[in-house]
Amino acid sequence: MAIAVVLVLLVIGSLIFHFASPWWFTPIASNWSTMDDTVILTFWVTGVVFIAVNLFLAWVVWKYRHRKGHKAKYDPENKKLEWWLTIVTSIGVAAMLAPGLFVWGKFVNVPEDAAIVEVVGQQWHWNFRFPGDDGEFGHSDATLITPENPFGLDPDDPRGSDDVLVASPELRLPVDQPVKVLLRSKDVLHNFTVTQFRVKMDLVPGMITHMWLTPTVPGSYEILCEELCGMGHFAMRGRVVVTPREEFETWLAALPTFGATQALAAADPAAGAGLYAVCTACHGASGEGNPALNAPRLAGQQAWYIRRQLDAFRDGRRGAKEGDVYGAQMRAFAAMVQDDTSARNLAAHLEGLAAPQPQATVAGDVDRGRRLYANCANCHGHQGEGIWALNAPRLAHMSDWYLVRQLQNFQHGVRGTDAGDYYGWQMATFADALKDERSINDVVAYINTLDPEPVRTARKD
Amino acid sequence: MAYVAIADRDAPIHDPHTFIEKYIWSQDHKVIAIQYSIVAIFVGLVALVLSGLMRLQLGFPDSFHFVDPNQYYQFITMHGMIMVIYLLTALFLGGFGNFLIPLMCGSRDMVFPYMNMLSFWVYLLAVIVLLASFFVQGGPTGAGWTLYPPQAVLPGTPGAGLGIILMLVSLGIFIVAFTMGGLNYVTTVLQARCRGMTLMRMPLSVWGIFVATILGLLAFPALFVSAIMMTLDGTLGTSFFMPALSSMGQAPEHDGGSPLLFQHLFWFFGHPEVYIVALPAFGIVSDLLATHARKNIFGYRMMVWAILAIGGLSFVVWAHHMYVSGMNPYFGFFFATTTLIIAVPTAIKVYNWVLTLWKGDIHLTVPMLFAIGFIFTFVHGGLTGLFLGNVTVDLPLSDTYFVVGHFHMVMGVSPVLVVFGAIYHWYPKLTGRMWDDRLGRIHFWLTFLGTYAIYLPMHYLGILGVPRRYYALGETEFLPQSVHTVNAAITIAALVVAASVVIFLYNMIVSLWRGEKSPPNPWKATTLEWQTPDTPAKHGNWGPRLPEVHRWAYDYSVPGAPDDFIPQNVPVDSRYATGTGHHG
Amino acid sequence: MSNTAIVVALLVGIAVWFAVASRLTAKPWENREQKGDVGVLHMSPQRIGLWVFMAVVTSLFALFLTAYSMRMHHSIGWCHLTIPNILWVNTAILLAASVALQLAANAVSGGRRDATRTALVAAGTLSIGFLAGQVLAWRAVGPSLYFVQGSPAIAFFYVLTIVHGLHLLGGLAVLGRASLRFAGGAELVDLRQSLSLCATYWHFLLLVWLAVFGVLLFL
Repeated sequence: MAIAVVLVLLVIGSLIFHFASPWWFTPIASNWSTMDDTVILTFWVTGVVFIAVNLFLAWVVWKYRHRKGHKAKYDPENKKLEWWLTIVTSIGVAAMLAPGLFVWGKFVNVPEDAAIVEVVGQQWHWNFRFPGDDGEFGHSDATLITPENPFGLDPDDPRGSDDVLVASPELRLPVDQPVKVLLRSKDVLHNFTVTQFRVKMDLVPGMITHMWLTPTVPGSYEILCEELCGMGHFAMRGRVVVTPREEFETWLAALPTFGATQALAAADPAAGAGLYAVCTACHGASGEGNPALNAPRLAGQQAWYIRRQLDAFRDGRRGAKEGDVYGAQMRAFAAMVQDDTSARNLAAHLEGLAAPQPQATVAGDVDRGRRLYANCANCHGHQGEGIWALNAPRLAHMSDWYLVRQLQNFQHGVRGTDAGDYYGWQMATFADALKDERSINDVVAYINTLDPEPVRTARKD
Repeated sequence: MAYVAIADRDAPIHDPHTFIEKYIWSQDHKVIAIQYSIVAIFVGLVALVLSGLMRLQLGFPDSFHFVDPNQYYQFITMHGMIMVIYLLTALFLGGFGNFLIPLMCGSRDMVFPYMNMLSFWVYLLAVIVLLASFFVQGGPTGAGWTLYPPQAVLPGTPGAGLGIILMLVSLGIFIVAFTMGGLNYVTTVLQARCRGMTLMRMPLSVWGIFVATILGLLAFPALFVSAIMMTLDGTLGTSFFMPALSSMGQAPEHDGGSPLLFQHLFWFFGHPEVYIVALPAFGIVSDLLATHARKNIFGYRMMVWAILAIGGLSFVVWAHHMYVSGMNPYFGFFFATTTLIIAVPTAIKVYNWVLTLWKGDIHLTVPMLFAIGFIFTFVHGGLTGLFLGNVTVDLPLSDTYFVVGHFHMVMGVSPVLVVFGAIYHWYPKLTGRMWDDRLGRIHFWLTFLGTYAIYLPMHYLGILGVPRRYYALGETEFLPQSVHTVNAAITIAALVVAASVVIFLYNMIVSLWRGEKSPPNPWKATTLEWQTPDTPAKHGNWGPRLPEVHRWAYDYSVPGAPDDFIPQNVPVDSRYATGTGHHG
Repeated sequence: MSNTAIVVALLVGIAVWFAVASRLTAKPWENREQKGDVGVLHMSPQRIGLWVFMAVVTSLFALFLTAYSMRMHHSIGWCHLTIPNILWVNTAILLAASVALQLAANAVSGGRRDATRTALVAAGTLSIGFLAGQVLAWRAVGPSLYFVQGSPAIAFFYVLTIVHGLHLLGGLAVLGRASLRFAGGAELVDLRQSLSLCATYWHFLLLVWLAVFGVLLFL
């Protein structure tokens, strides 16, 4: 008996849940509202079946429950009833399928006037490319990828030199412009999902896949990766900003072309040495750092990372947060680095500096640290050597007290919370996995045992 | 008929003497069934614990320190693979298949008992290799149970070294074990049924297991092929699935391979696998419903045809798992259509289960409760399948919690409810004892209500857009705080369900000694396994004479008959012959 | 993938035909006493087991060959295998082995002990000869790991021939057991089924090899 009542309650409860729960589609921001319609249609058809079958089941269980003297009817089959049920079911199925296929027909046919944009996925970042003035993408190949050519474009393809590169996880699109999104992966499978756009598609290495949509509502939307792509899958985020066309054009015009990035002169460490003279007061003559002045070691840190941090200090993505006393100090000094060339030269100088391994100041359980570090190794490398492709700086042989402080900053929202600091946000997400002070000390104690030199040399070959 | 010999032979096919021959290196299908079941349930408990740890991380990300991201991905992978392959497939076919086929078909044993024994030991080896991966350098693979390359064999995924290789090797071994068992099940059904047991007189349990085994035999090779090729990609550096790529800034030596090829192969196995688990559940639940409602199964022929139709169609729907994989989008039309067609025979089965209860005499025993619970959860899971099978509807929902909710309802909760119901149903025959009814009912209610509380909200999280396989949701703008609250609630429900498993195990183990002695046929069932001369059935099952079958498996409440059931081996009595005066 | 779907559809078709042939339209609740025949297959369990096993192996190779074809069409730089001439010889040897085994099976049925011995020795030798020939073919195709890594065609060739060879080895183990029994003076009647099954299996493996060879040649 109870089961019959419970079945009825479950049906009613499910209906209440359906209508009362706060979880429903995010407001749609693309042309694919027809997809929502097919979902809602499917809800109606399946909902009717769900209610009908289960209420009938509950009624049957109640009505024909065992009582003394009651006997079941001998009833092997009823062809007519079965045929009717088959036909009605088929009609219901067709009613869901036909509209679905109709909408799919629109999805597979990309409109003629669609603009093109390329989404480049990698562990665990998004980058983008626009075709430039010629409206065509230059050829790309995963084997061409280097620190100087992170998109892997073919320098010999003339169509590629005007391609506009978006080397950050933020994409902008003009509103109401149909766009064909070409999807390419450098390493493993990913999936480009903007929940508010509804459509999504995998990025497959070795192939270029595509989908299309028209953004219809200006706004800022998160990009999620929805195909498991390794340890950092959940932290592979990006952003699409849909803006009026003029704003989009302005943004696009300020971005570098592939040709421009290739024409940059090599950084000059000697010029950087001159600039560094100012910094020595805190960071030391050979960049060895000074704990007393809260200045971390810089010698040997990777140039791209130093450049990025200088940029972040200069434009306030780092160090502007309340509570970040030392970051605020550094902001003042970073402002003295005048332009990109100076920053590049300075960074090149620091990467080339050699200083003895700093004294360990953090104690912890090295074995436990090793287990925890297995997570960190996915980006920072097994020897903490840092991997440019993952935007992960060198950790080994750097100031351990500084690592502890930064991990705390990440955890406590002092660093990595600025909307423009994407990489900081990502690190904050991972730092949360360390959960407590003890774990931080253990990991850093383990990092103190690492030796990055052999790996660094090998990677340079 | 020189070859009907096996079924006609009156002596047991093999004759164990020592303890070891009886219980360890046993060739008796009933012992092998128990061995299979115990190992499957044990490894299933491991997977259950893993899911509990995962839920703690998801529900209370700030309070528990059990799981880091690497482990989280290792746990989801092992949880999924163990539940699907090493628990459900092994339990339904190796466990129930082994126990039920010879008993229900009236044979003395499987036709190749020695191979049957080997099948179990090879399966055990597969389990050991699988569990060994927890203890190797880097731990087990964290590539997700779908094991998609390239990430499965590349750095950045936990267990990309030894872990994934052990997983592939273990799957290969499992497939060998399954093939040995499967040859037995199919051949036994085809060749060793007792006199009078026509195919159309077989209980639906046997039909479900039989067709599922055929699916397995034809589909597992796809997994075997992909496992071999991925192992070579991972160890020798071939490029079957591996394209040219740049991993961690380095370029491995691969070139030109196709990750999509793996996905096609995997799902060519993976979709039939759903039915390898579902069809035995369909069959068994039909028998539970008929027996405990004291009524013949409604539309037996349609039920058999539906099993066959579902089995056949399951080979032409695989790419509905790949709508957003980047395959040629035109495939979507074909696979959406075939997928929705498969809903029709499936729906017919549901109707017929309910119509079996209709005008029945429903005894709400514990097995019956589980069977009714199954109908509810399966209707739910089946209907949400219509969302995901329809390509356009799938697009916004794929890779979200809607998918997680769907496949757990249809492939997790539903078959597991049948497993529980079936264990309660056949336990008296297996052990000669009854279990504790009150504990059984508590177990049912906790499981049934608890699982629904877990999975119903997940569908709505999916519609909102919560992605699956996320270690932590972090601060995602479009997710309200309520998402985190419901995640915590789901975790609590999951812990309750896990606790109910403890009640179940306690009941099963303690009843071995304390349970009341069971009569030979406590449910007054018609099928042959209840008609054995001994309970539990002895070696050789049938004593000196094999049974002879005179009627179908569902002669319940025959008009005019003195009892409300007539066992299959009772000769026809002209006073209450059936088959006339019924619509047909 | 569609090729495999077709193969599996065929296998399923056979199953459906079987189902119809076994009167799956009967109404089992109508209590007509079944006269003797209950649709149990009139074959020994070993023979049924072998046919089921061959269906599994068919599925396996169909999938391998489908994978081969899909992989080939996937990449632009696919480099075809240069078929070593020795494969023609191997094919002939396997064909001869198959014929020899059929002769052995016939001889056993006819009760001719001497003819059986000759045919058995020939079949065994030819089969081992085939395997040896395959090893020579590997060396002709690509003598080192470097080639296997570099060319998916060669990698496929290795995998296909090794898997096929392993199946033949399995058959040889069974044949070897039967031969030992024969040499030990077993009654010919007792060897009838064993050799007949071996012959069926050899024909099957010959067909599989022809399919593999054909795909390597023509696709």
